[in-house]
Amino acid sequence: MIFAITIVLLLCWSPTIYAGVGGGVEAKESVDLVAVLKFAAIFMAGISALFGLGLAFAAKKFDVKTDPRVEQVLDVLAHAHCGACGYPGCRQYAEAVVADPNVPPNLCAPGREPTAKAIAIITGKEVAETEPKIARVMCQGGSSKATRRFKYEGILDCRAAVLASGGDKSCVYGCLGYGTCVKACPFDAIKMGDDGIPVVDPSKCTACGNCAKACPKNVIEILPLAKEVLVRCHSKDKGAVTKKNCLIGCIGCGMCVKVCPYNAAEMADNLSRINLDKCKVCGLCVRKCPTNAIMDYIPQRPKAHVTEKCIGCTTCTKVCPVNAASGERKKRHVIDQERCIGCGICTSKCPVLAIEGTINYPEVKMAFEAKKAARQKAKAAASTEGQPVGT
Amino acid sequence: MEFGKLFELLIAASLINNFVFTRFLGLCIFFGVSKKMETAVGMSITFTSVMVVSAALSWVVFTQVMVPLDITFLKIIIFIGIVAAFVQSADTIMKKVSPTLYYKLGVYLALITTNCIILAVPLINAGEGYNFLESISFGLGSGLGFALALVIMASIREKLELADVPVPFRGLPIAFITAGLISLAFTGFSGLIRL
Repeated sequence: MIFAITIVLLLCWSPTIYAGVGGGVEAKESVDLVAVLKFAAIFMAGISALFGLGLAFAAKKFDVKTDPRVEQVLDVLAHAHCGACGYPGCRQYAEAVVADPNVPPNLCAPGREPTAKAIAIITGKEVAETEPKIARVMCQGGSSKATRRFKYEGILDCRAAVLASGGDKSCVYGCLGYGTCVKACPFDAIKMGDDGIPVVDPSKCTACGNCAKACPKNVIEILPLAKEVLVRCHSKDKGAVTKKNCLIGCIGCGMCVKVCPYNAAEMADNLSRINLDKCKVCGLCVRKCPTNAIMDYIPQRPKAHVTEKCIGCTTCTKVCPVNAASGERKKRHVIDQERCIGCGICTSKCPVLAIEGTINYPEVKMAFEAKKAARQKAKAAASTEGQPVGT
Repeated sequence: MEFGKLFELLIAASLINNFVFTRFLGLCIFFGVSKKMETAVGMSITFTSVMVVSAALSWVVFTQVMVPLDITFLKIIIFIGIVAAFVQSADTIMKKVSPTLYYKLGVYLALITTNCIILAVPLINAGEGYNFLESISFGLGSGLGFALALVIMASIREKLELADVPVPFRGLPIAFITAGLISLAFTGFSGLIRL
């Protein structure tokens, strides 16, 4: 209302109002305000209409048909733009997974299982079970344990330090500790430890692999989360050289190869490596390793105990690598809690599943029950075989 | 000579009166996208092309419509409208015609719409009364100058990431100091053209 009155007043008084034009165009003593306002209104309306129509036309003419599923997939992705899926960004992966039937729905590492399932539902694909993985730092030679050849005073970045004749660590395979992986991590999952060795936070790590790509020494590997016993050393030097350079390196003594009940430890190039397909995470090699190069990521292993199901077969007394199990035939055995290291070998060897408490118990129990069910099924099938089928 | 004048304008807009280092315009985008070389280059390409086209479009509208109608006081609103409409339609068309280019540069288009350099170029063109070719040349020069500033800054900031900067100066403060030093260096261009 007030606005309208102002306009009317302005129009009435227009001959007496003086206005400059400015802006580089010669200023005038006075302008005809009615004409100016009229032209301005027409011009603004005209140009707005022109732009509006132009944009509407462009939107219609150049309309891109997008699959609505792309947006849906995009919504469930983790939006870290980490590149773990192998595509440059989240959108590219979303488009690929919708358009290409060969692209699996479980490539979004940071989204983990819920994302994979959601994408599978949207795209109608089968989701394959993925084993959760994590970044593992395969070096323990922190500043208190490994020696340095010279004092490096350059840019504080491993990729820069490695240019100075392979870095300042005496061990050419070792972690330099300048935190390139910490900077590379898009999830803030890696922190530099007190001893100059990065520590991975398992709750934040999504196994996207950016740190492994950034590390110039290839110290970081992406490995299955469940395999918690690893040789945390990369040194392919001869044992004596490794020992001189680092207190905690693998010297290639072969002790783990001898002691492993599953033949998972393998020796190559003066370096032991645990074959993760064979490893049952018993942790025996961790105890026997003379340099502590093998690390057990399980902080406290639960110990084994015998239940009343025990039939006294003495199998556990034979298989126990630390002689913790004892007992006479036909009597319930006992496991010395002082000696037991919680390796779980007895649990897996016990014929009646009488040993509980070790880390592998749930797994062994499942296998045992599956076997039992299979046996019963076979039995049932055998008993019905003699009878005529049908009536 | 016509060509000489155009070249002069190009040099003047890109080096002597560099929008970022001498006129201190467009600083938000300048600090925003100069963290990585890749984004800086993408922004530079998009920026320069939008600048040239918007300078040309604004010139046409200004001299052919607004000056005869004597409504040049509307130029700020109209120039914003022209740039916004052009950027929006470029966005739509690019999505259809070249999706790869759209994913590479489309992000920056939206940022450019309300940038102050993009608005300053048509305004200066109008104020100085440049003709069509001069306007385009000025737009191109400004775009190239901005691209130069972004690329210089991005390359320095990528190196700065690795430098041992004192804690209070990390991030934006050191970037501002760097920009100040580059700006100081750019004053060296001031005697390049003598009129």
